[in-house]
Amino acid sequence: MTISAYYYCFVGILKREMTRFLQQRSRFFSSLVRPLLWLAVFAAGFRSALGIAIIPPYETYISYEVYIAPGLIGIILLFNGMQSSLSMVYDREVGSMRVLLTSPIPRAYLLICKLLATSLVSLFQVYAFIAIARLFDITPPLMGYVYLLPAALLPALMLSALGLFLSSVIRQLENFAGVMNFIVFPMFFLSSALYPLWKMRESNEIIYQICALNPFTHGIELIRFALYGQFNLQAFSVCIATTLVFLALAIFGYDPKHGLLKRKAGGD
Amino acid sequence: MTSAALHISNLCYQYGERLALDKLNVDIAEGEFFGLLGPNGAGKTTLMSLLTRLLKPASGEINVFNYSLNTHGNQAMRQIGVVFQQSTLDLDLSVSQNLEYHGALHGLSPKEVSARIQQELARFELGDRQHDRVRDLNGGHRRRVELARALLHRPKLLLLDEASSGLDIDSRANLNAHVRTLCKTEGIAALWTTHLIEELHDQDNILILNKGKCLAQGEAKTLQEQHKAKDLPALFSQLTRSVV
Repeated sequence: MTISAYYYCFVGILKREMTRFLQQRSRFFSSLVRPLLWLAVFAAGFRSALGIAIIPPYETYISYEVYIAPGLIGIILLFNGMQSSLSMVYDREVGSMRVLLTSPIPRAYLLICKLLATSLVSLFQVYAFIAIARLFDITPPLMGYVYLLPAALLPALMLSALGLFLSSVIRQLENFAGVMNFIVFPMFFLSSALYPLWKMRESNEIIYQICALNPFTHGIELIRFALYGQFNLQAFSVCIATTLVFLALAIFGYDPKHGLLKRKAGGD
Repeated sequence: MTSAALHISNLCYQYGERLALDKLNVDIAEGEFFGLLGPNGAGKTTLMSLLTRLLKPASGEINVFNYSLNTHGNQAMRQIGVVFQQSTLDLDLSVSQNLEYHGALHGLSPKEVSARIQQELARFELGDRQHDRVRDLNGGHRRRVELARALLHRPKLLLLDEASSGLDIDSRANLNAHVRTLCKTEGIAALWTTHLIEELHDQDNILILNKGKCLAQGEAKTLQEQHKAKDLPALFSQLTRSVV
């Protein structure tokens, strides 16, 4: 296989993800409605209840809407990661996953392409959200929009890798309710998406420690700092490490010697 | 002298304690149409999964045009085109989008893929359906699209896992005839698995599989003579002790 063959393969996978995404307009709108509802309704209610101190990367007092914007970007990425996982499980159930897995291109490369393609699709939604968020006075500096691109891509990769890994261990579509209850919601609520960690610490040290360990917290912090032109090394390192771990687990899971394919295969 | 398109030796696979394939040996020559006959649960789909690297053999060797699936899997997979028992088309994409995706997964350039799509769709009389969503096609057309897709990267070995299941009698016969023509005219080898005896001819080399074991292998007519069976259904019934 030549380098160009690998390139055509990536473009093909990206094109398929984009085509499917554009065909599912309801998916696009629902992915925007979810964070916008949080912004318009939840934030309005919490604004008066929660006072936000001056914490990095902010240099002045900020409104609650400004505080939760990175968390809402995170929720877009989180739900997209789970959506891609769901579609992988669906593809496996209906059989179309076999087209991908019987390609002569190395499976690890195919999974990385799938991961990258899913993450790039997520970024479209992120930028659509952040554009609409300007109506709510969320106006980071202009360069923040540029820094957001790599900063959101990394958590997108991390969450898509998690999704990919989950798709390799989930047997049936029906098990996805469990994923929502035991992974998505805890990941979101036990993070810095809705409340700063110091506030969490004031109320409960254990929950604070869990939030601090949650890789989703670091994804959000990476985005939060990037939006204001700053680089958070700790968040970056945690995101990179977590992405690699989940990716390695997913590649292991899709290896016919070990993973679900072996357990899932029919007996005929 | 023809080289072996597919050489399988002592292939074994088991699901936990249950043996799904037991020391299977198969040789298929270039341009040969080979029938793998077995009742449900015989191990046909397991064999297909092993041949397409969806499963890893417990022991044994698989070679595709002298490429070992174990050590040169990617080169071996380039020689193989597959039609699975269960449809693997993306229903929400159009016919040509499905084929483009497959071409990309084989590292073909968009220009090359585009030209090959036109050729394959013309061959299967699907040229006017290329922009239709697969969801809108009937079962027979979907199968033809799957066959066109399996041929897109110019494989030398076609694996067809109960490819005619779910089709009406005419569509089944057409699909079978298409594959036989490909073997004759283009030298493609085909492994056609089925539980429908009428899809195989007396001149075909066949293997009868039951509960993971090879019960008989050779030319269908010769096997009938050896086992004193009046026809292929009688031979199959005699060997598998099942009602045909």
